[in-house]
Amino acid sequence: MNKPDKENINIEIKLLLEAVFLKYGYDFRNYSQAHVKRRIMHRLSVSGCENITQMIHEVLYDQSFFNKLLLDLSINVTEMFRDPSFYQALRQKVIPNLKTYPFIKIWHAGCSTGEEAYSLAIILKEEGLYDKVQIYATDFNQLVLKKAKEGIYPINLIKEYTYNYQKSGGLNSFADYYNAKYDSVIIDTELKKNIVFADHNLVLDGVFGEMNLIICRNVLIYFNRELQDRVIKLFSDSLVHGGFLCLGSKENLRFSKYSNNFLDVEKNEKIYKKVAFVNESKSV
Amino acid sequence: MRKTKFKAIVIGVSLGGAKALQMILSALPEKFPVPIIIVQHISPHSDNYFVIHLNGLCKIKVKEAQEKEKAEAGTVYISPPNYHLLIEEDGTFSLSIEGRVNYSRPSVDVLFESAAYAYGTGLIGIILTGANNDGSKGLKKIQEEGGLSIVQDPKTAEAESMPKAAIAATETDYIVPLEKISELMIELCK
Ligand SMILES: C[S@@+](CC[C@H](N)C(=O)[O-])C[C@H]1O[C@@H](n2cnc3c(N)ncnc32)[C@H](O)[C@@H]1O
Repeated sequence: MNKPDKENINIEIKLLLEAVFLKYGYDFRNYSQAHVKRRIMHRLSVSGCENITQMIHEVLYDQSFFNKLLLDLSINVTEMFRDPSFYQALRQKVIPNLKTYPFIKIWHAGCSTGEEAYSLAIILKEEGLYDKVQIYATDFNQLVLKKAKEGIYPINLIKEYTYNYQKSGGLNSFADYYNAKYDSVIIDTELKKNIVFADHNLVLDGVFGEMNLIICRNVLIYFNRELQDRVIKLFSDSLVHGGFLCLGSKENLRFSKYSNNFLDVEKNEKIYKKVAFVNESKSV
Repeated sequence: MRKTKFKAIVIGVSLGGAKALQMILSALPEKFPVPIIIVQHISPHSDNYFVIHLNGLCKIKVKEAQEKEKAEAGTVYISPPNYHLLIEEDGTFSLSIEGRVNYSRPSVDVLFESAAYAYGTGLIGIILTGANNDGSKGLKKIQEEGGLSIVQDPKTAEAESMPKAAIAATETDYIVPLEKISELMIELCK
């Protein structure tokens, strides 16, 4: 048999993603191809499968094989206070506005193992807002949601998190927010009180209520433009007028057909605000 | 020399990279005929000062690669700190915060591998100075897909382990001293 060429590999990848979608309902067909290919080739090399076509068989008949592939494709890497300057901007530009509301709803989409949601909770607490917020932290991966709920993280990461926290304008000692035990830390239960971790798939599921703030960082980078647009529309539809949308430092609304629904609040930190009057005719 | 027309150049560089990139890029003409895409190992906390500095220094345009942006001829794209940079088969950039590869994010291997798929025989891969072995797998991949490999002569490198590892991993097409690399790039892409 000939060595599979690029065309055949791409066809096999398409078929594998189709199989995943039909069998399990997870839709990776509009994710970044380069990313998907890299992760599938990685799984192929460690799986013992001969080729991608054999992986299709494994996926269909072995749920545990699928679970591994799901983790490969979903990239759950995250940290506390990643990009400290973003959290600083959040404190300065968004929090003062949120303070004017009696009750605040926040949607944290693609929360992975929860580090970002707890970072946000810390800021809200320090700003005296935590008792009037409800945070919905969502992801489409059950496994990471379970870890997020537990809020237990390796202690060797704390040094970097402490550094990030301080750089983000933290007001207290970071050690106030966790308890160390052996080689782990567990997040203070007080911080968990107003966070609900829930399953939500940005590709398939719908609007998530009337939010004052939506944070979705480093998720859109994995989507193609079409899918990015779908999700940005979903965010636009889920925000109150004047509500805030925060994306990752290297993501932006520039290419989106819904960019007119938003104004820049802090350009460098990718903080946007939904305008008061959305021109609905543009939102197909 | 081969007949294929090259469509892109990818460069991987680590320790000693600032000097090496300045020397190479400042010698290129403004209208270089293909895009040049670079992964440089830098601190995750660094800003884009170096990119701005290079752009001021060079005739060719130098900028940070943005996600979904299309790689165009006559432009040098540098990976943003703390993200992996990939190139899609349609010539646009993707970013990822996947964990470190070879202790690095961005990783040269990640860019090179995706570029090898995207450009095949139309790709030139270049490994410059560095104190690790990131990029050697990627350069091998470029070769497997029919692309061309260039490595900086380790004797002229501030840190020699990255070029040495690349030479060991591939049948390198060109091993050239630092000061000759820009010349070779211009010649190959004529
Ligand atoms: C790279 S992590 C980003 C985590 C965090 N927001 C950060 O920036 O550190 C991407 C997360 O998005 C989730 N994700 C990917 N596709 C998704 C989808 N269609 N719906 C919901 N979550 C998704 C993944 O499971 C993963 O946890």
